[in-house]
Amino acid sequence: MLSLLAFGGGAGVVPDMERAAVDSYHWMTAKEFLDFFAIARAVPGPGSMIAVLIGMRAAGLLGSMVAFVAMFAPSCFIVFFVAKGWNRAANKPWRAVVEQALTPVAIGMTFAAGLALARANDSGLIAVALTAASTLAFAFTAINPIWLLTAGAAVLLVTGG
Amino acid sequence: MATRPPSLLALFRAFVSIGLASFGGGLTAWVRREVVQRQGWLDDKQFLSGYALSQLVPGATNVNLAVFIGTEMRGLTGAIACFCGLTLPPLLINLVCGAIYIGMHGMPGGAHLSLALTGMGAIAIGMNLGTGISLARRASWHAASALIAIGVAVSIGVFGFPLLHVLPVMLPVSLLVAVWRARS
Repeated sequence: MLSLLAFGGGAGVVPDMERAAVDSYHWMTAKEFLDFFAIARAVPGPGSMIAVLIGMRAAGLLGSMVAFVAMFAPSCFIVFFVAKGWNRAANKPWRAVVEQALTPVAIGMTFAAGLALARANDSGLIAVALTAASTLAFAFTAINPIWLLTAGAAVLLVTGG
Repeated sequence: MATRPPSLLALFRAFVSIGLASFGGGLTAWVRREVVQRQGWLDDKQFLSGYALSQLVPGATNVNLAVFIGTEMRGLTGAIACFCGLTLPPLLINLVCGAIYIGMHGMPGGAHLSLALTGMGAIAIGMNLGTGISLARRASWHAASALIAIGVAVSIGVFGFPLLHVLPVMLPVSLLVAVWRARS
């Protein structure tokens, strides 16, 4: 169970999780892992909650709690101290320069994340069209994204993919 | 930015709503919508710095971002409020769904669910791209920073280079540019 400590990562580590949970520890079948992945994505909130489901399958409620703490505690500690230092530097000139430097990199990363997901999500023309439509709607209107999400689910349910 | 930091309850409630609204991904888009656009707790530049730093720390970026924002606003208790708001309701929902799944040895309505998920996933990807466009329109650009943003987006998003290979190159370059521009 402690090996869950080694996880600590975003969507990029899902394949590593699968290897650990299915191949190394035999906590579950590959099909179950895929279903867990779908559940974690279907319910609202961070997709990394899949760790909680894995923990539950492996060792019940206690397992899910261990997984929750192991998944989030280490990175939260680090971020807390990073943010503390960042806060302390609020009026230092170097912080303004670093902010200046981080801005284009971070904007690039938001596009990178979207593009990478779009490439991985090869589920046909309808999905591509939905992504394009929601990109425009979200960038240029103030529409509540809940309606976009509802419409997206409805379109695929009606057309059958 | 507000002169008085938001209350712990306000932080908690904001992140509860972010956590519960973010179906199918797109969390970053929700966080910016709530924290920057609706509450005005951070401006775009502060949000982007937090986002970049949250990516640099290993772990789930959006949970990191919640902790970062909470710390910026109200220190340790703020961080705890944001973290709990973002993770606890989804944790409970996941536990219930997981228990049902394990209890029933399968997922009721699995085929419909996966179709609906594909649709929501496609929309959520668009929300992230739309956030990028909206951020890009508001930022002030010069040739070097535009090249850096495009370089990051294309190398990771199109060519699939890992973030941890791209950032050690792009961050120092961007820093050099920023230092050079601050001097001149």
